[in-house]
Amino acid sequence: MIELHHLTKRYGDKLAVDDLSFRIPEGVVTGFLGPNGAGKSTTMRMILDLDRPTAGKVTINGRSYASVQDPLREIGALLEAKGVHPGRTAYDHLLWMAQSNRIPRERVDQVLDVVGLTAVAKKRARGFSLGMGQRLGIASALLGDPKILMFDEPVNGLDPEGIVWIRKLMKALAAEGRTVFVSSHLMSEMALTADHLVVIGRGRLLADLPMAEFIRQNSRSAVRLRTPQPEQLLDALRGAGLTAEPGPDGAWEVVDGDPALLGDLAAAHGVTLHELSPQQASLEDAFMQMTADSVEYHTDVAATTGATGAATPQPAQQPGWGAGWDARQAGKES
Amino acid sequence: MAAFPAVVQSEWTKVRSIRSTVWTLVLTFLIVVAMGFAISLLTKLNYDQFTEHNTAPFDATTTSLAGISLGELAIVVFGVLAVGNEYASGMIRVSLATVPQRGVLMGAKTAVLGVLAFLVSLVTVFVAFFLGQAALGQYSTGLGEPHVLRAVFGAACYLTLLCLFSIGVTMMLRNQVLSLGILIPFFFLVSPILSIVPKVKDVVRYFPDRAGSAALQVYPTGDHPYGPWTGLLICAAWAAAALLGGYLVLKKRDA
Ligand SMILES: Nc1ncnc2c1ncn2[C@@H]1O[C@H](COP(=O)(O)OP(=O)(O)O)[C@@H](O)[C@H]1O
Ligand SMILES: [Mg+2]
Repeated sequence: MIELHHLTKRYGDKLAVDDLSFRIPEGVVTGFLGPNGAGKSTTMRMILDLDRPTAGKVTINGRSYASVQDPLREIGALLEAKGVHPGRTAYDHLLWMAQSNRIPRERVDQVLDVVGLTAVAKKRARGFSLGMGQRLGIASALLGDPKILMFDEPVNGLDPEGIVWIRKLMKALAAEGRTVFVSSHLMSEMALTADHLVVIGRGRLLADLPMAEFIRQNSRSAVRLRTPQPEQLLDALRGAGLTAEPGPDGAWEVVDGDPALLGDLAAAHGVTLHELSPQQASLEDAFMQMTADSVEYHTDVAATTGATGAATPQPAQQPGWGAGWDARQAGKES
Repeated sequence: MAAFPAVVQSEWTKVRSIRSTVWTLVLTFLIVVAMGFAISLLTKLNYDQFTEHNTAPFDATTTSLAGISLGELAIVVFGVLAVGNEYASGMIRVSLATVPQRGVLMGAKTAVLGVLAFLVSLVTVFVAFFLGQAALGQYSTGLGEPHVLRAVFGAACYLTLLCLFSIGVTMMLRNQVLSLGILIPFFFLVSPILSIVPKVKDVVRYFPDRAGSAALQVYPTGDHPYGPWTGLLICAAWAAAALLGGYLVLKKRDA
């Protein structure tokens, strides 16, 4: 079990990680999500004792990383920078790692096979494609058959085939009872693989919850109604025991509403509808809302979505973060 | 704690699996041997001309080891590359994640590189000595003559110490290009040139290469106000200081 206790890292003026405390649950895939520059890589480097925390600490099964004997047998890591010498063969790269942690040589052949690099094992890494380099990095993470695996943005720059391979691998590793801690700046990627979610922004913890819980909280569906007769519509809804919330641009939204039923209801009351559309909040939107204030160089999310609002369906808004969104929207209109 | 022998084995795999580091050692051998042979041969063919203005006795040992003045650069490059390539490729992070006990990592690396440099140096200087003596013909000397064995063995120590010094400097600078850019001009230009400047040379005498090279001379040249072993010791002190500095940087800094 990896636990972070008030972990803080400052580079000069820059506070890269800010009082981060959480524990990585065992035996599942935990997605470590945050926009670029949120401090994910820095946190991972501190877990491995590569960067020294300004304050706070990390413990691995209660101990510091530096005191772990043969750490490759406990944690396998794929870091952001690949760290493979271009002039060394894949085999020799894995061999020196194995030898230092007293891992049998046969294991090198095994992991090369697992990642599909057996054919190029004796080739120097210089000639490797991005995907091959990534596979070699994963092979080195798997080398010690560790209980904990940590991957920093493993799908970055990979082709679709490689992305699918990594997703399957992470799930398979968790299915074997291993702890997988994987970072990404893409919610969609996490939604596909993670069981648990830790979200950070500007080095601060924003959320730490099971994926299912995050989805439940953030993927309400709603039906959006637009009408020139809002009074009549609201009366009709009230009469049917339904409540509507104000949506963007004067529209109304019925959470968990049934489009057919709402259409019938409007017709029965002679209410003209200009829009009747099911809305699905994407997790990506929820993530963007959550981190909107902590993105380093952000484009204005509201402005971007607002400009295309007429053409693309807007997500149903959560009260908490929806309020902020509405405020921006209002600001833009005035 | 990581097991030291395991890390030594791992560091050995690192050195032997990269061509550039292997080549710098081969180059050290070739330069020292070939240059020593060529200079010995030239000396023999032009002996009278070459020794005409000599006041000191002719030093056949130093003549056969003349290639060290250039070969030392190759072993300096070896030391720099063997350490610096980890920083250049970002591999240092993998190394430290694999062996988080930084002292153990550095100790094993220094031991492997130092022993390797010493063995290569030893073979190199003895081959250079014997080939050089063969080329010198009637002007040659033998290992049995006074101070000759010490000078040849001292040459191997000298090369090894320069290599260790370079390792320490590279660990401090964490950048192989920068290290080469400082060490090569220093040993090849700055130190030799300053060593003939009046006054300044009294200080330059204690530079690592100047001090260490005292061990190579069979007859004292008057350049050194200390003996051959003291010279090596001064050189060793430089190497130790550089390695200590390198250790402190490795220990303290983020990888
Ligand atoms: N070695 C460093 N020196 C200075 N600033 C750094 C260093 N590493 C990271 N940073 C800064 O810390 C912040 C977090 O970076 P990083 O951990 O790489 O974020 P992420 O991996 O989430 O994209 C960024 O603003 C980055 O510029
Ligand atoms: Mg990163």
